[in-house]
Amino acid sequence: MALKIVKGSIDRMFDKNLQDLVRGIRNHKEDEAKYISTCIDEIKQELKQDNIAVKANAVCKLTYLQMLGYDVSWAAFNIVEVMSSSKFTYKRIGYLAASQCFHENTDVIMLTTNQIRKDLSSPNQYDTGVALTGLSCFVTPDLARDLANDIMTLMSHTKPYIRKKAVLIMYKVFLKYPESLRPAFPRLKEKLEDPDPGVQSAAVNVICELARRNPKNYLSLAPLFFKLMTSSTNNWVLIKIIKLFGALTPLEPRLGKKLIEPLTNLIHSTSAMSLLYECVNTVIAGQYSCSVGHIKSHLLCVQKLRILIEDSDQNLKYLGLLAMSKILKTHPKSVQSHKDLILQCLDDKDESIRLRALDLLYGMVSKKNLMEIVKKLMIHVDKAEGTTYRDELLTKIIDICSQSNYQYITNFEWYISILVELTRLEGTRHGHLIASQMLDVAIRVKAIRVFAVAQMATLLDNAHLLTGNMQRNGICEVLYAAAWICGEFSEHLENPVQTLEAMLRPKVATLPGHIQAVYVQNAAKLFATILKNQEGNTDSTAAQETSQMMIDRLPLFVQSANLEVQERASCILQLVKYIQKLQQKDVEVAEEVSALFAGELNPVAPKAQKKVPVPEGLDLDAWINEPPSESESEDEQPKAIFTKEEPKHSRPRHTEVDEKELARRREARKQEQANNPFYIKASPSSQKVYQEAPGVEHIPVVQIDLSVPLKVPGLPMSDQYVKLEEERRQKERAEKKKKEKKKRKEKRSGRGKKHDSGPESEEDITPAHVVDIVTEEMPEVGMHLSDDVAQEDQNHLPVRVKICICMFCLCRPLADSEKLPVRSHRAAGAPKSSAEDGEAENATPQEPKKKSSKEKRDKKKDKERDRKVRLRCWKHFPPSGHKSDSRSTQSEGRTVVTFLVFPLPRKVCDIQGNLQDGSQVVVSVIFENKSDSFLKSMEFNVLDSLNSKLQRPEGSGPHDGLTVPFQLPPGVSNEARFVFTVQSIVMPQKLKGTLTFIVKNEDSSTHEKLDFKLHFTCTSYLITTPCYSDAFAKLLESGDLKSSSVRLEGVNMPFHHLLARICFHHHFSVVERIDSCASMYSRSIQGHHVCLLVKTSGQTVSIDAKCDEPTLLGNVLDEIKQTFSQC
Amino acid sequence: MQFMLLFSRQGKLRLQKWYVPLSDKEKKKITRELVQTVLARKPKMCSFLEWRDLKIVYKRYASLYFCCAIEDQDNELITLEIIHRYVELLDKYFGSVCELDIIFNFEKAYFILDEFLLGGEAQETSKKNVLKAIEQADLLQENIDFQMRLFAGSRDPAQRAGGNRTDINTIFIAIHTPPSASYSAVCS
Repeated sequence: MALKIVKGSIDRMFDKNLQDLVRGIRNHKEDEAKYISTCIDEIKQELKQDNIAVKANAVCKLTYLQMLGYDVSWAAFNIVEVMSSSKFTYKRIGYLAASQCFHENTDVIMLTTNQIRKDLSSPNQYDTGVALTGLSCFVTPDLARDLANDIMTLMSHTKPYIRKKAVLIMYKVFLKYPESLRPAFPRLKEKLEDPDPGVQSAAVNVICELARRNPKNYLSLAPLFFKLMTSSTNNWVLIKIIKLFGALTPLEPRLGKKLIEPLTNLIHSTSAMSLLYECVNTVIAGQYSCSVGHIKSHLLCVQKLRILIEDSDQNLKYLGLLAMSKILKTHPKSVQSHKDLILQCLDDKDESIRLRALDLLYGMVSKKNLMEIVKKLMIHVDKAEGTTYRDELLTKIIDICSQSNYQYITNFEWYISILVELTRLEGTRHGHLIASQMLDVAIRVKAIRVFAVAQMATLLDNAHLLTGNMQRNGICEVLYAAAWICGEFSEHLENPVQTLEAMLRPKVATLPGHIQAVYVQNAAKLFATILKNQEGNTDSTAAQETSQMMIDRLPLFVQSANLEVQERASCILQLVKYIQKLQQKDVEVAEEVSALFAGELNPVAPKAQKKVPVPEGLDLDAWINEPPSESESEDEQPKAIFTKEEPKHSRPRHTEVDEKELARRREARKQEQANNPFYIKASPSSQKVYQEAPGVEHIPVVQIDLSVPLKVPGLPMSDQYVKLEEERRQKERAEKKKKEKKKRKEKRSGRGKKHDSGPESEEDITPAHVVDIVTEEMPEVGMHLSDDVAQEDQNHLPVRVKICICMFCLCRPLADSEKLPVRSHRAAGAPKSSAEDGEAENATPQEPKKKSSKEKRDKKKDKERDRKVRLRCWKHFPPSGHKSDSRSTQSEGRTVVTFLVFPLPRKVCDIQGNLQDGSQVVVSVIFENKSDSFLKSMEFNVLDSLNSKLQRPEGSGPHDGLTVPFQLPPGVSNEARFVFTVQSIVMPQKLKGTLTFIVKNEDSSTHEKLDFKLHFTCTSYLITTPCYSDAFAKLLESGDLKSSSVRLEGVNMPFHHLLARICFHHHFSVVERIDSCASMYSRSIQGHHVCLLVKTSGQTVSIDAKCDEPTLLGNVLDEIKQTFSQC
Repeated sequence: MQFMLLFSRQGKLRLQKWYVPLSDKEKKKITRELVQTVLARKPKMCSFLEWRDLKIVYKRYASLYFCCAIEDQDNELITLEIIHRYVELLDKYFGSVCELDIIFNFEKAYFILDEFLLGGEAQETSKKNVLKAIEQADLLQENIDFQMRLFAGSRDPAQRAGGNRTDINTIFIAIHTPPSASYSAVCS
């Protein structure tokens, strides 16, 4: 036995320790992998021995190897062995190894529970400390659940060393096991006043982090923190407290007011930059009201930021700019006054600072300073070293100029010359960007075409300058635009023959194929124009010379390897040959040739098609042919850069529009028109696309491009022509003067005329585009509105809100918004809002057209559904000729009651305890009286189904109606709530119901009845529930979920809009988003988990979904699909 | 704080501490990506960069880069302060710390870090307290690493680390960090 021990220790002497290992690795730089594999073999031997010291040494080495990237998961059990050693030396190594190597899926973790518990209660505080530290790295939900109580006890340990560690680790425990928060919270709160500053700061840390995730539960602690803030001198703690207040102020505006003073004091007094920066950030974030105090503190912030930006320290400069960009969002004016400073930063040697400054510039431009800023940027472009930064500058210039539909550009000639100047950049990757801008401007700004064509002709003439040095030069894309513009608008060319000659130079054959193709095609257009010009003259030889030139040069392209070029060239060559024959017979051909390219190209907004209404009697849902194969959408994806070019090709064949697509758009159109103030009613157009459909005369087909052409304001344009030859700089100066003139003019014409198409309006861009923007922003507007509603409600009842919050803290601080108090709060809020509505309506009772604000709000909340119901209600009216026109029925003296119905489960239904025996859904119904009569004794009744039942007061029969608790004077609307009990929520359902009421006129009163349907979608059973990514991953891994997926084609919206739409319409919350991929989560009122993985590529969105209830999932996905088919 | 990485100018990882649960594969990917990004930056550039949805705060001390990932709302300057504080702690503990100290005694570096930060939050703002805790814990360690203690007084880091090569890694880290690099006048 003794011998064995001695032998063991002798062996140890020859073992490698960590230092030997490290040294060995450093000495074997060439064959490191081989050396390490022998080391690992040794370690495996060592781990087999009984001697704990040997094992600990081996584990220590493994930890090092793990850092180098080697897999050591096989040794997990040995690590546990070392952890459980009674000696601190080894225990320490064991826990370190565990904290580095273990993760949530390490299975041996469950073996450690008891060991950790033992260590936590060890009399030696360092044992406890080591265990706590280790636990903070590898705590799993199971460990958190099992050890929460032990750690909670440690929060009251006698040693502050342990207390502070226990407090900090509690945060990790809360994350893994949220149920522990409620019992632990009182003690955590106690620690805020712990005598030891370390413990105190730990508690502040934890609460600050908690509050960041769910601020409203911590509002009640505000006074305590306020006290801490004014008394504490520890900057670490102060920063955390201020951050916490930053999270709280949006919920409680009064807090913001109270904070101004101490924050301002801190900003003035502190010498610590980190604290100053935190204060400034919090003040910026809290800019809601415009009180005097706020404005002062705001100014102070801007001042301080200026000091930061002026500082020589790069870090401070960077952060100053970062904070400035936050101010820019709320107070652009105050940032704009520091333009000089920001422009200075463009000269900084640090690229990240320059990029920050560029970001700021984007938001700072106005009509006044755009030219000046771009001029500065152009100088930087010339100076810039390194193509990445130069490319960044280039894209920024284009971004800045083209933002919000070229809103800030007053002179498009200037912009074209900027674009032309940009083409001189060597080696840029963004040729296509410049090209698409040229095309866009030339097509949409008609008045600029003459100038643009002249510039493009010069570009073509000097093409060798662009392409000269390298083949793979991205800038040659510009020639694509130049050739196309010269061809399409060739009537504006000064010397078309010269341009034609330039386009047919042999050098062109070295350009990329797609550009050559455009060259060839547009040479033909040019040819047509030249013929037209020349045939007017008596001298016919010129025309024949041109034909001859075409015939001479085109064969070069006929030999092209590129199919497109070849095809076009041979086609055109034959055509020209034929023309030449005719010319030789003295036949006038110009008319016929130019007919090939006749028709003006007009700008059409990408979504203009949507505005074409559905002709009556056309069923667009029915397939005409079998559904096409999947590959269809993929064909469209590549080459999306030159979208503007497409109209040209599709001009002769408009009719091939996807019928289903059309159906969706038409569907959407109705609602757009109703809401769209910019909708222009146009006269019947010359281009009737859908002639074959019956009864389309009234449809304003393609009216967008005809009624209001895109035109730069008349005054500056006419002047511009005079100045064409002048130098750019002079032009700029003159431009400024002109702008001022215009401004004066604008002032005279008064405000509010912005969207009239008057010539003085600078935002005179296609109306189609304005429309486009409006539709895109819809979901966001909706979101804000609903948020506002929620906040407003809280503001009405500050006291009540406070009580609720206290309850949250005590009962369930971490859980989400669905809590008992919410219900009482809503219920109390409801009568108040209805009373308000009554008042509002009384003010304007004679205007049935004007919708009450409440209705509007609600409408936006759930437009789709309420529209459906509205239509349905109308359907059930006695027929009166015009089914869908409410006003005509009104004029006949009939009663029209609009029903706006939508279930609102996420607000109210949520009494958790009741979930076992049935779920409740509350349906809010808005009754709006659109007639001139008084309505009373309304009774609401629904035919119960097996699954859903209307809750009636006790003692009433199953078919009795519910009395609506109010009467409706003419033009008034009011809201009533009805509770339904729903058994199964996996299927959407419709309930039939009737509303009976008495219509009272001056002389008579009649009984009326109105039938309606209630549509319960599956979405309405979902509750927005936030979910952490780790919990989400766990859920997915659990394997209880069934999956399903759906693909949406042709979704043309930014990804964040798409997500917002899903969140908003379908009550999901985003768990995690990475680039164009996001995971989302929601829960049904019966606790089904619904997980989505949304991915987008191009216009295709694929949604993979998982849910424990496949039927529910299928229906939810159908509804999501529905939502996007309507957009 | 989500994680902290220490790596050399050659891109070798010297220390890693993850405060969020991630798989090994992901950790490796992130490390590789960040090391590349940070090393590619020029010396005069500011210490912050936006990376995925996180903010990266890094600072170079001699041949070592200290690199932290923080969330969007976190304070960059205080993170720089944390890095600086950690360097000061290492310096006090090892006595003019150099990269070799951290390589050869990497477990000690971890112990110090664990006493300073816990779960990604600063647990102790006082330098004195951290060092005291470490020293007392070291006393408990009966089998003290002799080599380490023997050479602790030595001013030659190469020798102290048991090496005999003069190496780029032996530059004292803290010498290159003027005390003015601090953004907080924090009481300790």
